[in-house]
Amino acid sequence: MKTRSTFFRKTKDSLMRAFSGFATSMALVLMAWVIFTIVREGHSSISAELFLNASKPFGEVGGGIANALLGTVMITAGAAALALPPALAAGIWLAEFGKDSLLARAARFTVNVMMGVPSVIVGLFAYGVLVTTTGHFSGFAGSFALAILMFPVVVRTTEDQFSGIGDALRESLLALGASRARSTLTVIWRAARSGVVTGVLLAVARVSGETAPLLFTALFADTWPTSYFSGPTPSAPVLITSYTMDSPFESMHRIGWSAALAMAVILLAVNITARYFGAKRAAKRK
Amino acid sequence: MRRILDTDTAFRWFCKAGAIVGLAVAIALVAVILKESMLALRTAGFSLVFSAEWNPADGSFGAAGALAGTAATTLLALLMAVPLAFAAALFVNAAPPNVAVPVAHALDLLAAIPSVIYGMWGLFVLCPLLQSVLSRFGIEYTGFGLVPSSLVLALMVLPYVSAVMRDVLAQTPVALVESAMGVGCTRWEATWDVVARSRKAGLLGAIMIGLGRALGETMAVLFVCGGVSAIPTGLLDGCTTIAATLANDFAEADGVHKSALFALGGILLAFEFAIQATTIPLIGRRSRK
Repeated sequence: MKTRSTFFRKTKDSLMRAFSGFATSMALVLMAWVIFTIVREGHSSISAELFLNASKPFGEVGGGIANALLGTVMITAGAAALALPPALAAGIWLAEFGKDSLLARAARFTVNVMMGVPSVIVGLFAYGVLVTTTGHFSGFAGSFALAILMFPVVVRTTEDQFSGIGDALRESLLALGASRARSTLTVIWRAARSGVVTGVLLAVARVSGETAPLLFTALFADTWPTSYFSGPTPSAPVLITSYTMDSPFESMHRIGWSAALAMAVILLAVNITARYFGAKRAAKRK
Repeated sequence: MRRILDTDTAFRWFCKAGAIVGLAVAIALVAVILKESMLALRTAGFSLVFSAEWNPADGSFGAAGALAGTAATTLLALLMAVPLAFAAALFVNAAPPNVAVPVAHALDLLAAIPSVIYGMWGLFVLCPLLQSVLSRFGIEYTGFGLVPSSLVLALMVLPYVSAVMRDVLAQTPVALVESAMGVGCTRWEATWDVVARSRKAGLLGAIMIGLGRALGETMAVLFVCGGVSAIPTGLLDGCTTIAATLANDFAEADGVHKSALFALGGILLAFEFAIQATTIPLIGRRSRK
C-alpha cells in the first residue's frame, strides 16, 4: 500500500472543503444573478396598465400582459382539473390497494418513466392527439399536455404520503367497522393531506412555467383568452418567448422582462409558501 | 343484505381506474409518436440519423447535427454540473442545520424558475458577456452555440443532481463515516474513499437524472444555441439540439418535415426511456421530487 504524507492528505482535505463551499456559493451567486437580472430589467415597465391590458399585435408599441396571465391561469387550472382526479386516485390505489401486484408495479414503473419524458415530447403527443384530430390549436390542448406532465408528479407524492402513514391507523379504523373507502377518504386522507397539498401546489407551479408544450398546442394570440376550447390561447411563457427571442424591438423586450418578473415572483411565492407549510406540518407531526 | 355495487368496491375500482389511465396515456404517447413518424421513417430512413444535411425546403432531413449537438451540450453541461453538484451536496450535508436548511431550500428554488427565464438570461446576459470577454482576447465569437447552451444547462441541471446526491449521501450509515474517521481518514478521505464508494449506485443515479433533464431541455437551449443544424466541430460553433429543433421548426412544418420532427421526438423518447429504465433500479424509489 502506498503511503501518503500527512501534509498532502491534510492539504487535500482543506482544498476539498474549500471547493465544496465554493461550489455552493457559486450556485447561489448564479441564482442571485439570474433573479437580479429579472428584477433590474423587469421592474421599470411594471405598471397597472401592464396587468390590465391585453397584448398588442407584433410591432405595435405598448400593450399589456393581462391576457397572457389570464390564459396561463386558465390553461393551468384546466390541466389541474384534468390531471388531479386520476392522479390522486392512482396514488391512493398504489398505496392502499395495489401494493406489490403486477399492475401496481407496472403503473409505478410507468409513472417513473413519465417523470422523465421531456415536455417537448408531451407537446408533440398533445398535438398528435388533440390538434390534428380537432383541426385547430386550443388552450384545452395545452391543458391536456400540462396535465400529462403533472400526472406522474402528483401520483408519486400521493403514494408517498399515503404509504407513509402507519398501518395501525388503518387497522383501528377497520376494527371500528369503517369500510376501506370510508377510512381512506376521511381519516387517512386527513393525515396525508398537508403533504399531498404541498406536492400538488409544487406540481401546479412547475407546469405553469412550461413553454415548450404550449408551442405545439395553445400557441399564442393577442386577444383575451375567449376561445379556450377552440382557438389559440395566450400564455405568459409563450409571450415571454415571442417578445424576447423572436423580437428585435427593445420595447417588446421590456414587456417580456416584466412578464418574466411577474412569473418569477408568483412562482417563487407559491414555492416558498408550499414548502414552508409542508415543512411546518411535517415538523408538527413528528 | 348485499348490494350489487357497494361504495367500497366502487371506490376501489375508481382508484384502480386512475392507475390504468396512467398506463394507457403512456402507451398512447408512444403509439402516437410512432404513428406520426412513420412517413419520415419510410421516406428518409436511416439518413435521418446518419446524414447531417437538414434542409426541409428540398426534402433532406438528416438530423446528425442535432444529435451531435444534443450529445455535446449534454456532456459538457454534466462535466460542469456534476462536480459542483457533488460538492454542494457535501456542503449541505456537513453544514450545521441553520446554514444547511436555507441553502438547501435556495438550491431547490433554483429548480422552480421556468426554463424560458434561464433562456432569456442566457440570451441577454450570458451570450453578450461571452462575446465581449472573448473579443478582448481577439477572438471573434457570435456568443451563441455550444458554450452558452452547456453553461445554461449546467446551471439548470445542478439543483436536481445536487438534491438527489444529498438524499443519497444522507442515507449513509453514520457508523460508516465514524469508522472511517476512527481509522484516521481525513473528512475528504472518509467522503470520497468510503462514503462515495459505498453509494456509487445512487450517485450514478443522480447523474443519470441530470442527464435525462439535460437531454430533454428545450427552451433554455433554443434561446442560446444559435440554431445551426450542422455538426459542431469546435467549442465556439453554433449548434442545435433535438428538443430545440422540435420547438423551432414545428410551427412551419408540414408533411414529411413534420413527420421527421415526430421521428426526432421518438429518438429522444427512446433515449429518455433507456435512461429512466437504468436509473430507477439505481436509486430505488425517491421520496422527493
